[in-house]
Amino acid sequence: TQLKIHVGLPKTLTTNIKKSEVECLLRVFHSLVEKANVRLNNFGLDRNAFRAILHSIFGMTDDMLMNRVFFAFDKDNDNCINAKEWVKGLSVFLRGTFEEKLKFCFEVYYLNSDGYISREEIFDMLKNSLHQQSSEEETDEGIKELVDITLKKMDFDNDGKISFADFEKAVKEERLLLEVFGPCLPEAKVQCQ
Amino acid sequence: MKEDTSVVNILDKITKDEDPESEIKMKLGKLLKQLDLHLLNRSLKHISLEICLNPTIVKNDIELLKHFSGKGEQTVLESIDYTSDYEFSNGCRAPPWRQIHGEICYVLVKPHDVEALCITCSAEGVFLNGGKTDDEGEINYERKSEIYKDLVTFLKEKSAKFSENMSKQDVRFSEEWKKEKEEPKEAPKKEEAAAPHKALPASGKSMLEKNQINFGRSQMTKRLEPSLNWKATVDFKEHKSLLRDTQEEKHGGRLERSGPPVSPGRAQLVRKSAEKIEEMISESSSESEEDEEPPDHRQEANADLPSEYWQIQKLVKYLKGGNQTATVIALCSMKDFNLAQETCQLAIRDVGGLEVLINLLDTDEVKCKIGSLKILKEISHNPQIRRNIVDLGGLPILVNILDSPHKSLKCLAAETIANVAKFRRARRAVRHHGGITKLVALLDCAQNSEPAQSSLYDARDVEVARCGALALWSCSKSYANKEAIRKAGGIPLLAGLLKTSHENMLIPVVGTLQECASEENYRAAIKAERIIENLVKNLNSENEQLQEHCAMAIYQCAEDKETRDLVRLHGGLKPLASLLNNTDNKERLAAVTGAIWKCSISKENVTKFREYKAIETLVGLLTDQPEEVLVNVVGALGECCQEYENRVLVRKCGGIQPLVNLLVGINQTLLVNVTKAVGACAVEPESMMIIDRLDGVRLLWSLLKNPHPDVKASAAWALCPCIQNAKDAGEMVRSFVGGLELVVNLLKSDNKEVLASVCAAITNIAKDQENLAVITDHGVVPLLSKLANTNNDKLRRHLAEAISRCCMWGRNRVTFGEYKAVAPLVRYLRSNDANVHRATAQALYQLSEDADNCITMHENGAVKLLLDMVGSPDQDLQEAAAGCISNIRRLALATEKARYT
Repeated sequence: TQLKIHVGLPKTLTTNIKKSEVECLLRVFHSLVEKANVRLNNFGLDRNAFRAILHSIFGMTDDMLMNRVFFAFDKDNDNCINAKEWVKGLSVFLRGTFEEKLKFCFEVYYLNSDGYISREEIFDMLKNSLHQQSSEEETDEGIKELVDITLKKMDFDNDGKISFADFEKAVKEERLLLEVFGPCLPEAKVQCQ
Repeated sequence: MKEDTSVVNILDKITKDEDPESEIKMKLGKLLKQLDLHLLNRSLKHISLEICLNPTIVKNDIELLKHFSGKGEQTVLESIDYTSDYEFSNGCRAPPWRQIHGEICYVLVKPHDVEALCITCSAEGVFLNGGKTDDEGEINYERKSEIYKDLVTFLKEKSAKFSENMSKQDVRFSEEWKKEKEEPKEAPKKEEAAAPHKALPASGKSMLEKNQINFGRSQMTKRLEPSLNWKATVDFKEHKSLLRDTQEEKHGGRLERSGPPVSPGRAQLVRKSAEKIEEMISESSSESEEDEEPPDHRQEANADLPSEYWQIQKLVKYLKGGNQTATVIALCSMKDFNLAQETCQLAIRDVGGLEVLINLLDTDEVKCKIGSLKILKEISHNPQIRRNIVDLGGLPILVNILDSPHKSLKCLAAETIANVAKFRRARRAVRHHGGITKLVALLDCAQNSEPAQSSLYDARDVEVARCGALALWSCSKSYANKEAIRKAGGIPLLAGLLKTSHENMLIPVVGTLQECASEENYRAAIKAERIIENLVKNLNSENEQLQEHCAMAIYQCAEDKETRDLVRLHGGLKPLASLLNNTDNKERLAAVTGAIWKCSISKENVTKFREYKAIETLVGLLTDQPEEVLVNVVGALGECCQEYENRVLVRKCGGIQPLVNLLVGINQTLLVNVTKAVGACAVEPESMMIIDRLDGVRLLWSLLKNPHPDVKASAAWALCPCIQNAKDAGEMVRSFVGGLELVVNLLKSDNKEVLASVCAAITNIAKDQENLAVITDHGVVPLLSKLANTNNDKLRRHLAEAISRCCMWGRNRVTFGEYKAVAPLVRYLRSNDANVHRATAQALYQLSEDADNCITMHENGAVKLLLDMVGSPDQDLQEAAAGCISNIRRLALATEKARYT
């Protein structure tokens, strides 16, 4: 009976998924919710539960990025992912067009919702990207340079931050830049099958 | 020296006690010691005879003598200098083709008392050579004196002053030599055996020592650093000459045996050249010049480094020390450099980026692999980088990626292989790691895709197949790879891909086929797979490169008659003919004319070409074209002119003049074709007049002196119709000074084709009585007789004709019998060739005019064989056989008559 209630919902979404697949996703969602939220409310997945799913199903490892993916899924900012958000997010994850993925990745990478990825944010995302060198200062220096390199490559309008237009242009030139600040989509191995 | 002191020791010990027994002991000890020394000296003498000079010894000798040369009375020589400034890495200065003979270098020595000597230093010793020839500064390498064991001995012999001043030099001189001995060089020094040296002016010492050290060092650095200085912009010409030098060095390294101590670098060179030989055996001849190993440029520490160098260095640091995210960023950023520029390509390598890029290919990170391949694909356009990639073991990894399920990875890997496999070693590596099979499998992608699948997938599959074809194209330049492609089932797949309409796909596919069509197996398969049809279709393409490769493939395949017919049946002759009109693209023109040449071997095709006015166009192409085009154009005309109409056409278009003009060229293939074409034209008396007027016969005749047998033979064949059709041929032939002697002497050749053609020419020459007399004087009869024992039917036929002609003079008939030409001729009648029968019967008929010959024929069973020939439908044969039998019979009757009367 629960299923039937929700079947109506996804119809309002623009997805690339067939109806049967939506049903399937919802079934998975409910089973996950049941498993995760025995103690809590029954509305959806909280951050920890979602991160566990990202890790176990999609092979993600970076805590910070998983948080960001969670925020990108959680459109209504209620710290909980409901069925609609789940189906919408996963449709991008699994069957997303290039444009959808582009948008999704950009959303993951900018946090403070000003529509730009700032230099500080880049630094934050890249700060673990270098293997530990001799001193912390040196590593910091290295990351700063890496941030500069990234900005040089992606900041086309030279305003010191990356707008969606910048991002879009850069990724269209070089697809490898789609997940430039860390993996936030299911692995390529899964994709190409 | 040691021995001496030990003797003293023994003596000391023994003389201390004055026992009479010890006195005997002492005497015995002394005697033994003497014997010992004597034996040592003797063996040393023997050994020293066998020791050869090597570049290091010679160099040291010369270097040392240089220091004692100059103006003034005290010096040993006025001057001593090398004739060549360039020193090969093996220490030799002689040109490679002389190094083969063991020669090391040449020195010009000016002693005080005799005139300048030009000396060859070779591994066997030192001798006087013919000196510098005045005009070109070349050296006359011939030996003019005895061989001396070394330079000093030689000069002592030649110059008294040298000998005198040399003996004035002091012990230091020999000290210097001793020092050399102590240097860690295995080379035995034969100076040990040289006479002891005396006083040396003290002033010379320090300078000498210093120089010695410097010299030693410079030599060392040379050994350790075979690489040439890196420069940002390498002058092309310079590059070329360097390239040649290294080639020569290698050459020298391979052939010179009694060389200096083998340094690691040299050992490598030797190994490399050995490897090269192995490669040459396994690889096909169609490999281009690109296969030459270019010198390795390394960035020099003090050179002015471009800013890119530092930026790239920084990026490589991130590749090394970053996680996947940082690596991808660095890769993307590196891709922004101008990777087509050599500075950047070499910078990536020189900061160690190449190793990292290749290592990345071995990881599981798809994005890193893609990024790395995108860079490798670009920088592998550089020949040096290609070699570095192979040296770093990149090819097996690239080959493995071809198995990846990720299509863009496959494409990138195949494209990179296409770039890398431009030289032998790489092509071999691809094969040895199973790359050919995998590349062939890539071709399969496009076939499998169902029409139902989305067009996106289709496009990607086509792209994979295209990249596979591209890589196979590069690989197919090696013979063994052609074979591997065939065995992997590549031909049907390539045939399938030929049906597509993607130009990008067709070029590498046709390119591969064209490359492989040099093999018989492929030509048969190309016919069987109906590939010709598609090749013809693509001749009509808009793409010039595609047209070129199609024409080239047809050129390769059209040696086969069926293929030629197929080209005609599929309407390929018309596009070929029309492509002749566009002469701007010389590569394409060469391919098209080549295809026309081979196609015109079939008469039906020639008729078509005449219809399409191709012959007129071909005549127009006889001037102002590169040699590759000329060879084919002339070849085609040679085929066309086998027919009367075309001969007339060629004459009317003014083709004879340019053809005759080409007779003075040096390109072998071209000369073979030109002589053939001129010969074909000469069949027409009217054309012959023109050829004669242009002095074409003399030019043809001169080509009989060409070193290449094919040219000789072709020229001799061409002379036959000329002599037949020239007015006053006998007089013309006589007018060539030494011409007849030249022709007769060609009968000493060991090339069957040359012999057959010369016999044919002699048959024609001998039609003129006066000329026959001349060639008889030049000994044509014994030379022809000597050839009689052959199994080659072509030679037999022309030889028999020549013999039958030559019988017409003096007592030549008898002479042929004396030189035992008759018995072998009888055996010719057992041949299967009717032409041989006719010619032989005619020759025997001529020979049977002599009684002794008749006896020989009878003894060898000629009558039975000739009787069979009488029944032949060939009238000439009938007549000759009958005539011969009648001569034999008449002789028999005469003998019987003589017996009973």
